[in-house]
Amino acid sequence: MIRFEHVYKRYPERGEALKDLSFELAAGEMAFLTGHSGAGKSTLLKLIGLIERPSRGQIIVDGRSLADLPRRRIPFHRRRIGMIFQDHRLLNDRSVYDNVALPLAITGMPSREIGRRVRAALDQVGLLAFERAHPIALSGGEQQRVGIARAIVGRPPIILADEPTGNLDPELASEIYDLFERFHEVGVTLMIATHDQERISRMAYRILRLQKGRLIADSGNW
Amino acid sequence: MAQRRTRFSNKRSTGTGVLDRRRLSAWGEQHREIAVTTLRRMLQQPLSTLMTVAAVAIALALPAALVVALDNVKRLGGDWQRSATVSVFLGSAVDEAQAAQLRQRLAQRPEVETIELISRAEGLSEFRDYSGLSSALDQLTENPLPVVLELQLYPAALEPAQLKPFIARIEQLPEVDFLREDARWAQRFQAILALLRAGVSLLALLLGLGVLLVIGNSIRLEIENRRDEIRIMGLVGATARFARRRFLYIGAWYGLFGGALAAVLVTLMVWLLATQAAPLEALYHRTFDIRGLSLTGLGTLLLGSSLLGIAGSWIAVGRHLDLCDDR
Repeated sequence: MIRFEHVYKRYPERGEALKDLSFELAAGEMAFLTGHSGAGKSTLLKLIGLIERPSRGQIIVDGRSLADLPRRRIPFHRRRIGMIFQDHRLLNDRSVYDNVALPLAITGMPSREIGRRVRAALDQVGLLAFERAHPIALSGGEQQRVGIARAIVGRPPIILADEPTGNLDPELASEIYDLFERFHEVGVTLMIATHDQERISRMAYRILRLQKGRLIADSGNW
Repeated sequence: MAQRRTRFSNKRSTGTGVLDRRRLSAWGEQHREIAVTTLRRMLQQPLSTLMTVAAVAIALALPAALVVALDNVKRLGGDWQRSATVSVFLGSAVDEAQAAQLRQRLAQRPEVETIELISRAEGLSEFRDYSGLSSALDQLTENPLPVVLELQLYPAALEPAQLKPFIARIEQLPEVDFLREDARWAQRFQAILALLRAGVSLLALLLGLGVLLVIGNSIRLEIENRRDEIRIMGLVGATARFARRRFLYIGAWYGLFGGALAAVLVTLMVWLLATQAAPLEALYHRTFDIRGLSLTGLGTLLLGSSLLGIAGSWIAVGRHLDLCDDR
């Protein structure tokens, strides 16, 4: 589903963020991406979502090389990837409902169907009661879950999460990982960047470990 | 995964009429929603919206007012134009029966569209009405005015090459004392109007460009302010077309409201001038019916200003909207 072939990413201001990265994630696989902050985890996820372009190397997502993807096709590529950000990236002047509806609204889906899907997504993250609230009025954990609902509402085949539980207490974090496992069960490909070592060692999933931009450990190719 | 994918592709492949209609109505609904939300957002910042709208209105009011002024001049001057005539003053010895004969003869000329005979009595009463000398005229024992033939010529005959020999031939007729030719006046008037119209067009072009810049700049600021929102839309897969639509609507609103305010300004100006026209009317013994924007003019103004708004917005969006920017 996701394949990196000798990928380098170099920023002019802070040098190489990723060096010679190669790995492959099969469809339906769930993997953790770990390493110290600054190891390149966020950069790697950004490359998959085409928020950044690699300096060298090939990235292939769902059988298509991203280097060949013209700029105008990027939106359609991103619609197939649900992205969850550490800082949530919510629109604070819109309701929770509108935030979650955004990925559907931009596709021109009829509003009745949007309503159905948004409520289903909010229900999955346990925020159905908050649809009219504004994100600012919610706790960090709740905002994070709004972000997750937004990532899953379009039923994307790939979900990328960047420190999704960074600000959450362990109990809430567990709920969110349960949620990720449920997506995994229905065949979604997941890649979750986290430095919560304890948790990832408890869960039996593949672990990719980055250090200073290099892949130093990969717990298993399936 | 496999199940999910098939469900997805099934949905795509059943592209029947029903689905198309639903898509279309969703599209219309989306436009309505954007129209309303952009309007609401503009009203939430009344001051900055008003500034832009006022700048647009002032820039548009000037050429619109000039067009209205030209229309009025053209209409008021229409009397002259209609009297694009040659007035033939017959000799004092020519009586009305001879004049009628001459009229018959001239009416057969191809240049002549209509011909009117103004008898001495008619001429006198007309003169009395216009000159304000009625008491002095009452003193006269006999009518000093000649019979006049008013020739209205076909427009083609007004070309100098046609007109000159025709005039010369009439002047040589024994019955004719002298003639006065209004046609040249009408031509000059036409030429001046055409020149003014070209000037107004140029001015409108220049000020239209100004409107484009004003709206473009407002949209640029709006894009700056909404940078986060645009970024997030980009992250969830909004196309440039989708992100652009909102700003085009804002531009259209600025244009439309600017145009509407310009129409109000022009109407106000016309009304003010109309109240000031009374002394002039007294001097000329006639009423000047000063008219404001016509319905077509209003429609053109509003449509044109909206299109200018969209164009200005388009330019700003093209330069400043970047969905992929994540800094």
